[in-house]
Amino acid sequence: MSALKMPAPDAAVMARRAEIVAALRAIVPGEGVIATENEMRPYESDGLTAYRQLPLVVVLPETTAQVSQILRYCSQNGIKVVPRGAGTSLSGGALPLGDGVLLGLGKFNRVLEVDFDNRVAVVQPGVTNLAITRAVEHEGFYYAPDPSSQIACTIGGNVAENSGGVHCLKYGLTTNNVLGVEMVLINGDVIRLGGKHLDSGGYDLLGLVTGSEGLLGVVTEVTVRILKKPETARAVLVGFPSSEAAGDCVARIIGAGIIPGGMEMMDRPAILAAEEFVHAGYPLDVEALLIVELDGPAAEVDHLLERVASIAKECQATTLRVSTSEEERLLFWAGRKAAFPAVGRISPDYYCMDGTIPRARLPHVLARMREMSEKYGLRVANVFHAGDGNLHPLILYDANKPGELERAEAFGSDILRLCVEVGGVLTGEHGVGVEKRDLMPAMFSPVDLAHQQRVKCAFDSEGLLNPGKVFPQLHRCAELGRMHISGGRLPFPDIPRF
Amino acid sequence: MTDILKPRDAADVEEAVRWALGAGKTLALHGHGSKAALGRPAQSDLTLDLSALAGVTLYEPEELVLSARAGTPIADIAALLASRGQELAFEPLDHAALLGGEAGRGTLAGTVAVNAAGPRRIKAGAARDHVLGVNAVSGRGETFKTGGRVVKNVTGYDLCKVLSGSWGTLAVMTEITVKVLPRAETEDTLLVRGEDEAAAAGTMAKAMGSSCEVSGAAHVPAALAGRIDPALAGRAVTALRLEGVAPSVAHRRELLETLLRDRGPLERLGEGRSRALWTALRDVAPLAGGDRVVWRLSTAPMHGHRMAAAIAAETDAERFYDWAGGLLWLALPPGDDAGAALVRRHLAAFGGHATLVRAPAAVRAAVDVFEPQPEPVAALTRRLKDGFDPQRVLEPGRMYAGV
Repeated sequence: MSALKMPAPDAAVMARRAEIVAALRAIVPGEGVIATENEMRPYESDGLTAYRQLPLVVVLPETTAQVSQILRYCSQNGIKVVPRGAGTSLSGGALPLGDGVLLGLGKFNRVLEVDFDNRVAVVQPGVTNLAITRAVEHEGFYYAPDPSSQIACTIGGNVAENSGGVHCLKYGLTTNNVLGVEMVLINGDVIRLGGKHLDSGGYDLLGLVTGSEGLLGVVTEVTVRILKKPETARAVLVGFPSSEAAGDCVARIIGAGIIPGGMEMMDRPAILAAEEFVHAGYPLDVEALLIVELDGPAAEVDHLLERVASIAKECQATTLRVSTSEEERLLFWAGRKAAFPAVGRISPDYYCMDGTIPRARLPHVLARMREMSEKYGLRVANVFHAGDGNLHPLILYDANKPGELERAEAFGSDILRLCVEVGGVLTGEHGVGVEKRDLMPAMFSPVDLAHQQRVKCAFDSEGLLNPGKVFPQLHRCAELGRMHISGGRLPFPDIPRF
Repeated sequence: MTDILKPRDAADVEEAVRWALGAGKTLALHGHGSKAALGRPAQSDLTLDLSALAGVTLYEPEELVLSARAGTPIADIAALLASRGQELAFEPLDHAALLGGEAGRGTLAGTVAVNAAGPRRIKAGAARDHVLGVNAVSGRGETFKTGGRVVKNVTGYDLCKVLSGSWGTLAVMTEITVKVLPRAETEDTLLVRGEDEAAAAGTMAKAMGSSCEVSGAAHVPAALAGRIDPALAGRAVTALRLEGVAPSVAHRRELLETLLRDRGPLERLGEGRSRALWTALRDVAPLAGGDRVVWRLSTAPMHGHRMAAAIAAETDAERFYDWAGGLLWLALPPGDDAGAALVRRHLAAFGGHATLVRAPAAVRAAVDVFEPQPEPVAALTRRLKDGFDPQRVLEPGRMYAGV
């Protein structure tokens, strides 16, 4: 991929590699320290595979005490640290640094406690998202946020990225479902934020840590809220002659006071790719397809499905199918869930974007995207979390054709700038990482970014944790701490004063 | 009498903070003053009156989003939302019953600054879970924004979370964007009568662990039961609220009745009385009036009654529970330390946090009002304050001394 400016490797640290490896071995004995090139190779990238970098060394601790000792050692020796869960980040959040220790949490893979009376599970950060549900489903419970990588991604990574999923509108993101963490600060201090109770007695540091992309500390234990599974879920598949009609339908459903468990939209290229791959029975003569899923008691689901169907008919729906069995419901979803690999079959490569927009701007954004598609000479397929406005355009390109990759990236950047322009944001759930780092100024002023970085300074004033991510330019904390007061002599004439 | 500065807009707010920085003055933030008696007593030189920054700037019901200036009355927002069948789902409480003052007061920024959360916290979250974006002026006299107007957003740090519940100590919020939700078409409440507190905790856990989607679970012991509804006086009340479309509420009511049939005959309140009951619980009506000090404790739902029993073994403790037992409202006899040592000793054994909500100013100045923090967390708190308000211009000492 195009050149990405990462912090210059510190030659002095690289020169001390043998000593650093030995020090880490003293903390984590046996096979917990990986230092050969071959064995480090699997760690050279995450889900954003276009960027690769071997770390200085990989360390896989097993206890909080070890994590604490590692961070204290790195902090005392000025060594950078990149935390990593399962490495499924799509934004390069776990991209290693050549002069940095890669701290893998894969061995923190135990469910520590399931407490049904208090409706919480306490797990280690390396437990996968789906494994939490597996640990509680025998009693009919589940963990609500469901990113599409949930088989592989870990709860620690979910906390770092504030992961979403298709049920966010009704059940919230990670930040609304995490009650507590144990985490290690860069100086080795172990702290607890939250617990089995709700809200914070002081500043909501837990809310800050969630979504901080591994720049504030290393989470070593997570307490999540678990919910009873809805009694039933049914989906309706609706085809529309235009994305405007589909968008109008979404707005009317929500305007009617209905919050579906999931509401997904696909455009024509995505429908065709998915149908060819999965044979979900999607109509092929429509411009937009909506999957609306309602969950809850059967009486409620049936009642609301009728309302949704009548709204859809008012919105020029040309096809409408309600799932009549659990198999059929899952089949409706199978196409949507396989949309990315399906698009992967019709194009050598694709680049997945992740902006969020106010829902009403969808037709405008799709029209502008078609213009861009022509300008760049690249096709685009769209899947859209219609309930919450999170748009995933998939730009189709061929990395083997000179210049296509660069064009795809430029196209992607234009799409994200467009999202911001219409009142949306750069990333809805994949994170900023390295991928969208340099686009941050499209959304935030230098003053906005400086205030975010002051949070970083409060936790990690030397900038040792996951540097090069999130912020286009990491200012020195001393510089950010300076006050520039002007107006000390202001007589304050204009403001009413009593 | 402290001087009052009354900015007309966000630019004035920035100017005011810059002036205060230059002049070495400190500012207390004030909307309607409905929460002035909360927290550590104000120690500021001047009051920054934000009530002129009022008005809804954006409301798109079909996008479930509303933006309003900081000083917009929460009552105005509620009325506007109600006109379109929507609401602030976190049920911000009205402090008038508990603290005195006029009912129906309070502003959007004040509600967010204290991270308000009513009985629906267990299902819908607190204010923190509904704030999507904020424009603010930090204690550096700099205007910044965070978040946006969409629900799904992980672009940059979520400063909305830390501003929610920061009591004005980090920044002056000037405009706030919140997620709004459809108001339930109807509701009903089932009552179990005469349970002791431990049994009630079990009942609430059973209801919350069912697929009945209970959106309020509270227990009021016999001594206070009459204060939520005079007709309920004399016997303890365990209340379970169901909200939604009529066929769903009816279905779940039957489900819940079956589930709890071993608890004796259940009473149905019906929509009107149900609404009144949850408003009374939200506004802490059972502890209104009198000279007792009032504590608010958040703990694990099954720990609430144990903690209360431990405290009640040592002093006369009036109390009731919300959040399925996890929120304990506790009224203790007045005294020099408001029972702080006792409360905090028992809280430490069960986990959670305690806030002294009602006590004379002298007491709130003398004891920890907010949960004391272990040193590494206290250090993070101080450093965050250093980042946003290094000169301690905004509400110094409102939460913690020196912050």
